[in-house]
Amino acid sequence: MAEAAHSPLEQFKIARLFEIHVGGVDVSFTNSALFMVIAIAAITAFLLIATRQRALVPTRLQSMAELSYEFIANMIRDNVGTAGMKYFPFIFSLFMFILFCNLIGMIPFTFTVTSHIIVTFTMALVVFVGVTIIGFARHGLHFLKFFVPPGVPMALLPMLVVIEVLSYLIRPVSLSVRLFANMTAGHTMLKVFGGFVVMLGILGGWAPLAFVVALTGLEVLIAVLQAYVFTILTCIYLNDAVHMHH
Amino acid sequence: MDPAAAKLIGAGLATIALAGVGVGIGNIFGSFVSGALRNPAAAPKVFGNVLLGFALTEAIALFALLIALLLLFVF
Repeated sequence: MAEAAHSPLEQFKIARLFEIHVGGVDVSFTNSALFMVIAIAAITAFLLIATRQRALVPTRLQSMAELSYEFIANMIRDNVGTAGMKYFPFIFSLFMFILFCNLIGMIPFTFTVTSHIIVTFTMALVVFVGVTIIGFARHGLHFLKFFVPPGVPMALLPMLVVIEVLSYLIRPVSLSVRLFANMTAGHTMLKVFGGFVVMLGILGGWAPLAFVVALTGLEVLIAVLQAYVFTILTCIYLNDAVHMHH
Repeated sequence: MDPAAAKLIGAGLATIALAGVGVGIGNIFGSFVSGALRNPAAAPKVFGNVLLGFALTEAIALFALLIALLLLFVF
């Protein structure tokens, strides 16, 4: 595109901050990597500071940390059962990382890590491969029964098995595209409406400005909601692998 | 037809998917409200599921957006 400098997609451009090349492989430290580090540092600082006092009557900060812990613990207990509690550290890390990446992205002039499909797809692939390994480790080859729906006429079975396998394989794609597309679409929309404010000037710009404020509120909701959805779908997939329920 | 024009028309056509998503999201919240009016005590319990359904349906709309973006910028 000729006018790439003013494109609403310009905010997703990855820039190299330090050039690092190892054996012909480009492993430069990019702005994406920087914001991942910031997210991890923010999570660590938040949890460390919040749990420093360990008071019986929690302060506001400690309540936030306890709430986030209980939120995920209840989610796993409700969706997977107590058998899923040993995967709590992974699911909690996943939730906090996505949540902080999404929320840090809402601050103006920052970079949204989760708006790149390669980041979300890697996370979804880790979940998918991990869940499949858990399924095979717990049930052995019986896990393949998961693809055979019970109580189906023999004539329909070959087609249904193919559909079941396909719908299983499409999970990492839908999981990652959902998060990536939500983030990309939201930030693009904000930028487009921000452009309207500038174009309409000081007289007519108030209407889109009010809309941008409302949209920002919606985007914060979406940021939290998508972290929740990603995590709860991980729990549901984990439940499939642990209990093989349909 | 000019390929650039075909690209723009295709990206426009991709937004037709929003009709189905509109029906879906309306259905989710409509069902929630009618259910919540019948049994207000149960409403807070299902609200999490409502949000989950909303997010899953909204993602379908974004798949259409993805197709539009692919048509515009990749081909």
